Amino acid sequence: MSIVAPVGRESAASAGFDVGRVRADFPLLRQTLPDGRPLVYLDNAATTQKPRRVIEAMSRFYAEDNANIHRGVYDLCERATRLYEGARIRIARYVNAQDDREIVFVRGTTEGVNLVAQAFCRPRLSAGDEVVVSALEHHSNIVPWQLVCEERGARLRVIPMNERGELVLDDLEALLGPRTRMLAVGHVSNALGTVNPVKAIVARAHARGVPVLVDGAQALPHLAVDVREIGCDFYAASGHKVFGPTGIGFLYGRLAHLEAMPPYQGGGDMIRSVSFSGTTFAPPPARFEAGTPNIAGAIGLAEALDYVAALDREAMQAHEAALLAHATQALAAVPGLRIIGTAAEKVGVVSFVMEGAHAHDIGTIVDQDGIAVRTGHHCAQPVMDAFGVPATARASFALYNTHAEVDALARAVARVREVLG
Amino acid sequence: MAELRDLYQQVIVDHNKHPRHRGRPAHHNYEAAGNNPLCGDHIAVYVQVEDGVIRDIGFEGAGCAISTASASLMTSAVIGKPVEEAERLFAAFHDMVVSPEAPVDPQALGKLAAFAGVRGFPARVKCANLAWHTLHAALRASGEPVSTE
Repeated sequence: MSIVAPVGRESAASAGFDVGRVRADFPLLRQTLPDGRPLVYLDNAATTQKPRRVIEAMSRFYAEDNANIHRGVYDLCERATRLYEGARIRIARYVNAQDDREIVFVRGTTEGVNLVAQAFCRPRLSAGDEVVVSALEHHSNIVPWQLVCEERGARLRVIPMNERGELVLDDLEALLGPRTRMLAVGHVSNALGTVNPVKAIVARAHARGVPVLVDGAQALPHLAVDVREIGCDFYAASGHKVFGPTGIGFLYGRLAHLEAMPPYQGGGDMIRSVSFSGTTFAPPPARFEAGTPNIAGAIGLAEALDYVAALDREAMQAHEAALLAHATQALAAVPGLRIIGTAAEKVGVVSFVMEGAHAHDIGTIVDQDGIAVRTGHHCAQPVMDAFGVPATARASFALYNTHAEVDALARAVARVREVLG
Repeated sequence: MAELRDLYQQVIVDHNKHPRHRGRPAHHNYEAAGNNPLCGDHIAVYVQVEDGVIRDIGFEGAGCAISTASASLMTSAVIGKPVEEAERLFAAFHDMVVSPEAPVDPQALGKLAAFAGVRGFPARVKCANLAWHTLHAALRASGEPVSTE
């Protein structure tokens, strides 16, 4: 397969982005099908592949620097601690946090949202209070809030979306009442790719005194994220969505909030002193990192962000925008195919359904050509319900995807109806 | 690598496009619901059993080609048969789709043998099984929704 874009496809801005060089950084992308055709990985919204330097950074940690952190006086422990805390500083810089103590390591976005729901929101919730989420949310930004609402007798309210899959914000103030205690919204929709205007949402929520959590899982691999520019109270993200390892993510929280919050889980490393008559807790972020953390994961995540930071952001975004435009056009031309989610502001996600073909059949059929797409409800059943479909097929792009891969997808999808008769 | 044609055999394509026994029969004394929540596939199976024989059967729901064709071929296979025979077919079908090595007995399975191709596509076994597990639950009158995920 050629990894060079067809002539005329590259815009001037993406001409500076050498996708061939980027692909060479990702060992997994070199694999081929048994018949020699290349693997076409288009499930990046589920998880991304890892560049060699992330894999090597983690492997080097285990081979050369492994020890538990914060516990020993010996040199190896100091080194592991320095690497772990260094990763925190690198992440804080990447998202422009004011202070590295505002970065809490968690297992992923899901744990970050649960942490805020339990340790920040729950103590503030009384019967009759309200939490606002959006119609576009992933289950992980719905269920944690439902759990605390049910426990406290509070009510979950939902920002609606339109037929293009964009949030309808005209009546946002009507949802933000005197009983609203929290607003939680995704930065980018995993199911549709919609980019939400989080900065404006935060400003309007803050004008009503409502704190905001932004679920950034899908934003980090595509957009430059500046938590102070967004102005949010919390921002949660996962390493594996942004070319880092699984099992690690971070929660950004304003220091004043984190300092006022009770612990989320009890255990080692989160205490100041323990006796049977009582325990005093460590200050943040340690207060929220009970137990031995995913040290290698934290190092891998920081390495992944360094990798992205070293790329030409503008050229990368132009490349991704060109891939999205190409995929949208090529798929829309397939007879009977309908694209679900046509927001004006989108990242490289194309969710679609086909007349006479269920998403799973589409997934199986294109897999025969080595093309990996996601099929199902994408952990966003309310989004599927809103569009009246049980499931969609979803192609999601990353910086290493090519125009030739988009063409291969379109060709494979066009064959679906042939197979299904 | 397994071939697509092994999975989407002509009889399966046909039963997906023109499902038999779709809809709720006028009379039924057993029913059950089946869901594969990760897929979004859902099915309801309605059965009229008289004197130990399946006199009528129908299904409703939405799913992929494999689950729709499986429901259609299943209902066609068990209608008019004693409940024990339907249960025997369920066992034979189940054994076929979950055991990649086991020989397929076309004598015992008839048209259902077309689903042998599912064995080359492990992610789709649950699609083929859903209707059968739902029928099994209906006949046992367990009332609990089933899932094959």
